[in-house]
Order: sequence, then structure tokens, then C-alpha cells
Amino acid sequence: MDNKEIPGDSPHPNGLWSFFASVKLSVVLLLTLAATSVIGTLIPQNETPENYRRAFGEFYYRLFETLDIFDMYHSWWFQLLLLLLTVNIIVCSLDRLAATWKIVFAKQPRFNLNRFRSDKHKISREVPQAPEELRPVIEDLLAKKFTYRRTAETAEGFVFFAEKWRWTRLGVYVVHASVIILLIGGLLGSIFGFEGYVNIPEGEMTNTVNLRNSGKTIQLGFDIRCENFNVSFYPSGMPKEYRSRLSIIENGATVLQKDILVNHPLRFKGINIFQSSYGQLPAEISMTAAPEEITLSFTSKETGMVYNKTVRSGERIVIPEDLGEFVINDFQKTYDFRGRALGPTLIGTLVQKNGATVEVLLPFKFPGFDRMGAIIDPQRDDAVLISIDDVSSLPDQQAKRFYTGLQVTKDPGVWVVYTGFVLMIIGCVIAFFMSHQRLCVEVVRRGRQCLVTVSGSANKNKLGMHRKVETIADHLLGTAGEPLAAPVPTGQNIKKEDQ
Amino acid sequence: MNSSLTLSITTFLYGFSAFLYLIALVFKWRTPGVLATGFVFAGLIGNTAGIALRWAESYQMGIGHAPLSNLYESLVFFAWTIALLYLFIERRYGNRVIGAFTMPLAFLTMAYASLSPNISDRIQPLLPALKSNWLIAHVITCFIGYAAFAIAFGLSIMYLIRHREPGRNGSVLGRFPEPRVIDDLTHRMIMFGFLFLSVGIITGAVWANSAWGRYWGWDPKETWSLITWFIYATLLHAKMMRGWHGRRIAYLSLIGFAAVLFTYFGVNLLPGLHSYGAMGQ
Ligand code: HEM
Repeated sequence: MDNKEIPGDSPHPNGLWSFFASVKLSVVLLLTLAATSVIGTLIPQNETPENYRRAFGEFYYRLFETLDIFDMYHSWWFQLLLLLLTVNIIVCSLDRLAATWKIVFAKQPRFNLNRFRSDKHKISREVPQAPEELRPVIEDLLAKKFTYRRTAETAEGFVFFAEKWRWTRLGVYVVHASVIILLIGGLLGSIFGFEGYVNIPEGEMTNTVNLRNSGKTIQLGFDIRCENFNVSFYPSGMPKEYRSRLSIIENGATVLQKDILVNHPLRFKGINIFQSSYGQLPAEISMTAAPEEITLSFTSKETGMVYNKTVRSGERIVIPEDLGEFVINDFQKTYDFRGRALGPTLIGTLVQKNGATVEVLLPFKFPGFDRMGAIIDPQRDDAVLISIDDVSSLPDQQAKRFYTGLQVTKDPGVWVVYTGFVLMIIGCVIAFFMSHQRLCVEVVRRGRQCLVTVSGSANKNKLGMHRKVETIADHLLGTAGEPLAAPVPTGQNIKKEDQ
Repeated sequence: MNSSLTLSITTFLYGFSAFLYLIALVFKWRTPGVLATGFVFAGLIGNTAGIALRWAESYQMGIGHAPLSNLYESLVFFAWTIALLYLFIERRYGNRVIGAFTMPLAFLTMAYASLSPNISDRIQPLLPALKSNWLIAHVITCFIGYAAFAIAFGLSIMYLIRHREPGRNGSVLGRFPEPRVIDDLTHRMIMFGFLFLSVGIITGAVWANSAWGRYWGWDPKETWSLITWFIYATLLHAKMMRGWHGRRIAYLSLIGFAAVLFTYFGVNLLPGLHSYGAMGQ
């Protein structure tokens, strides 16, 4: 960063303008935003007044309430800080843009020869060639490393100017613009968007959702039907996947059907539907009798093979791989497992290879239940796991009625925000890692030889530019060339640091 | 050889390297320094192998996923990034003093990950909300950013020690890089970190939007990452004000890193619900 370019040489001497154009203000604002944001992380936001009263007492409750501390990120004063930051960024950018624009879009880039000549880090060497001989060599090299080049003849030889990445001076403006775009996107979302939720039992549909903040209900303009809901578990009992099959119904016709998972929402007409929670219906219509036959799958732990078998109640079957025998001998409409209602459940007996018999529970609602059971029951040798293969093919769908909890949102600002995201990344890469680099090679005749001087400048990363000047000088002059004039003290210094 | 063992060895290798860098600095010896570099190399290989093995093991367990899904795994990746960035800097700047200030961080991270009773190193299956490529991108970028800030932190401490005295040749301080160079390198690390923190926050927002339908919800973890971002943005701008060189910038960098640590460890102590990747049900 070129510190010399910064201090406010504003063309507007106006007090208010220069107040908003100052970097000092932005430092103050950014620090204030950082400091105040802490408050909302220490005091939980948007809880009920009773909770706050209990936690803080009446006095502090009143005080905080007046200051909007309980919803501070939406309070007038926090929004005011953001507004000030916005004005600060805009004014500051406009203030500097004119000057930058002139540099970036100049028809012919300007080079200040005297500035290059007085560069502390320039490198000079005498070489045994004539200037005319050197010219094509230098021009070739510069053509490889720079996009713009110009050669001028001087009384005693040539001056070569070259530069690249002039446009990168615009990088910071892209970053600043991205911040504004993000804030605009957020504003759009808060004005025109909503955040709602709805629970839909399997097989039912709805066309309204409840808003999270206000508790109001709004019409969607179409129906969402939950065809079914499934949850599956890992052997450890951790949830593995929540899946809802949803249909979108408009004017009585199904226009879209999709399975949604967490991280895989459904989007329709600007409205997004997310898998958010699930539950079981309290008044559940239960399965009254065991199905006549059912497909079970037997998984061998050792080989990982899965065997599907269709089983009738009371019929004894032999599991492959000598894993034992299995028979279904009971059915219960609701099975109480350590205080937890499993719902309709088949109860079977597994006769293991070692002769021991264990009871196996196959609840329809939790097809992976046996995996958990295998871990719990010390009697099991754990060689085979049994599960109901395909619950959805069961005759009586109502046995396992869940409701799915959906988050339903609309945010027309999201694409604005995403544009801001992309611009911010691009802008930061440009602002941080690219600089406008200029190079000057001056060739002066000295009898039959000539003196070559290389110097460069960049608006950022000056150490990097010195290094580049050195490589170019080495390239052009060969390391063998005798260093001329004063040895280059600072240049060498840098070299040492960089070894 | 399993990942646990490999990563324990890595912890020791980083520990040795940190110790040897310090010895080399204090006693002005060369050999321990060279050895220390070797240990970082070996540690980095072990760290890489550990991550790869853990990845493979998760597939063997039938719950395959990238090893970036919980606190333990993210700390291991954090240490890996610090060591890698450090080696890169050592090569480029040829100065081992920096190692004495950064490798202890890699070591402490690994030691904390392995020894803290609150951190489980079990390989666990992924909760539904964590099954997202955005999450992987989020963790990787955040931790690259944090690692850069960690190194900037080490450099800033170096700066604060070094700038007080002229650093005569031959003294311990004389072996430090010049303050100007430390300052420049700190600034580079912070720019690098800021870019990655920005990308980290952005990918996190995109993930949140695909999982819960909102890209920003002011939950404490999100807010703290934004606070961190504000602090480093302040630093980048303060550098452009007169008189804000060196020391003050170094202090800001310390504050910034404190915010990083709080974002990562402190947030769980706050009132509220957020834990690593909790699902907003
Ligand atoms: C959240 C808000 C902001 C962000 C994320 C941001 C980001 C940045 C970044 C990344 C840079 C490049 C820094 C570097 O190259 O080291 C920069 C430069 C700069 N920023 Fe900001 N900025 C913000 C707000 C502001 C504000 C409010 C001002 C108002 C004065 C401002 C003024 C500047 C100036 C003058 C530069 C230097 C431009 C140059 O290189 O000539 N920034 N900003």
C-alpha cells in the first residue's frame, strides 16, 4: 500500500465531505461495529420478556429494552452504524476514484523518468555491448514480462518503459463496492423476503406458513404436499438422513415433485423449502395386524453381504453363511422399549450359530433399529444384522405417520448478496496480490560500452517489485556484469533477507 | 499404523521442532535450527499421513467423509496449515527465528487436540446438516485464514520484542529479521488470512443458506467471525493512516488473533445453543 498516496488530498475541502472521506472514520466505525457486535453474543437475542426479566431484573430489563439490546442487530443504532459505514465507503471511494480513473484509463500511460532515476533500489551495470545491440534483447525480455511497452530515444541511447496490471488499481473499489452490494442485498431480503415454517403430516398439504418473527400466517399461492417422510439412523443411533418427498400443487395439478434433504432444498417460484425438523403425530393411526409377509434383509457383518428374504409370520428361515436361523413370532401394535414407544413392531427370534437365542425387534418406524439393538444386547454375537428391507412398500402406510417440519423462506436479495460475495473475493485477490508494476530500463552510451540502469515501481508490494527488478537486471546483464557506481546497499540487504 | 498413532507422533515432532527453534535462538546455535527444520518436515509428513489415514479409516468404517467434520479434525488441519505456511516462509526468508514463534502454536494445537478431555478424536458419522461440500470448503478456508493469522500473531510478538532495541549484531535480537521485514511479512500474512477468512465466512453463509434457508442469522459463532473480520479490516485500513505502523499494527494483530481464538473456542462458553455444526432444529 502506498502510504504517500493516502492522506486526504481531497478535491473537496468541504468539512462534511472530508469527514466522510476519511479513513480515520472507517477505522472508528469498523472498531465500533466489532465492539458492539460483542454485546449481542453475550446477551441471547430475541428471547421472551419473562426470561429477560428473570435474568436481569426489572431495571436492567427496562434499560436494555430501551436500547434495543434484545434485538440489537436490527436496532436503529446498529443500522445507523451500518449506514454510516456505507456513506463512508461511498464518499471515500468517490473521493479517490477520479484520480485512480485517470491513471487507469489514460490513453498513454505516463512515465516519470526522473522518479525512476532517483529510485533508491535501481541497479546499474556497465556492459560491453552497444545500445543498438541491446535494444532487441531488452525489448524481447520486456515483451515477455509486461503488457505495455514503449521505447524512447534519448541523446545518449534509449529508455525503455514497460508496465502491467494498471487496472488492478481498481481492485479496492471492487471490494468496497461488494460491501455496499452485500448491504443492499441484505436490505432487499429484509424488506421483500420472509422466513417461515410449517409442519405437514405425511399425506397432507398446506398453502400457508407461519412467520418466525411476527407469528403471522402468509399465503404461498400454491400447495405443498408431504407425500412421505423418512428418517434413517447410523448404527450408533445418530440420525443419518432426513428425507421428505414433497409435491408442489398449483391449481389442483402437481407441478413439481422432489425429495428434499438437509442441504438439498426445493425451490419454486422464488420460495425455498428446507428440511428442518420432523416429528410423529400424537394421535397416530396404528397398524392393527402384522403384514402377511414381509421382506427382511440380513446383513453379514463379516462379509458385508446383504441377503433379502421374504418371510411369513411363524416360518423359520435359515440365514446364509451359516449365520443362524430366524423366525417372526409376534407382532405388537406399540412396543414399549425402555420407555420409548417404538410403534408397530415385529418380534422375532434369532437362533445363533452358537445355539444362543436372542430376541430381535423390528419396529416399522425405525428400520435400522436392529443395528442399535445389536450394540446394546450383550447376548448377541453380532454376526448378522436384520432390518425391514423396504418400509415404504408395506401395505399399511399409515403405520408410520410422521410430519415433516419445513423451513420456508423467500429472499429476493440472495442473488444480490451472492454477487457481492463473488466480487468481494475477486476484489480482495486483486487488491492483495496484484499491483500496478512499472519498469524502466535506461541505456546510456559510454564509449564502446554502455551503462544499463534498471529500476521499477509498484503501487503495492514494493519489496516484491525490488526483487523483480533484480531478476530482470540479472537476466539482462548477466550476473557477471561488473556492478557499477555505488553498490546497491538496500537491494543487497533485501537479498540477504530473502535467501 | 493408524491415524491416531501417526498424529500423536506428529505432535511430538512439532514439539521437538518448537523446542529446537527456541534453543537455536537463545543459544545462537545453528545445528538445532537445522534439525528443527527437519522435524517440521517430518511432522508435516506425519500430519499429512494422519489426515489421509483418517480419511481412509472413515471409509473403512462405512461412514466415509473428509476429515474436517469436528473440532479434533479441524485442529489437526489447522496445525497442518501452520506448519506448511511456516516452512514456506522459512524457505523464502531464510530465517529460523520465526520458527521459534510459530511452531509452538502448531505444537500447542496438536497437543490440545489430543489431550483436551473435551475433544473427542473418534471418527463419527456425519449429521445430515454436515453433508455438504460447502461445509468442507468452509472449514478449509477458515482454517487456512486462521493459520495465517496465527503466524501473523507470532510475527507480531517478534516485532514487539524486536522493535525495542536496535538489535546489535551477535545479540539474540540481532538474529531477528529487521522490524521492517517483520512488519511487511505480518501484513502479507494478514492479507492472506483476510482473504481466506472472507472466503470462509462466505462459504459458511452459502452453506447456511442451503441448509437452513438463511445466509446470515447473527448466531454467536457467525457474529464472532464477523467481529474478527472487522478487526482485521480495521488493521488493513489503520495501516494507511499516519503513525499507524509497526507497534500499533502489531497490537491490533494480537487483538485480531484473540478474536480468532474466541470465535473458535470461546463461543461455546457463551449462553446460547451453537456448538460445532449443531443443526438448527
Ligand atoms: C467493511 C468495510 C470495508 C472493507 C471490507 C474494506 C476492504 C478493503 C480492502 C481489502 C482494502 C485493500 C487493503 C490493502 O490493499 O491492504 C481496502 C483499501 C482501502 N479502503 Fe477499505 N474496506 C472497507 C471500508 C472502508 C471504508 C469505510 C473506507 C473509507 C474511508 C475505506 C477506505 C479504503 C482506502 C482509502 C483504501 C486504500 C485504497 C488504495 O489502495 O488506494 N474502506 N479496503
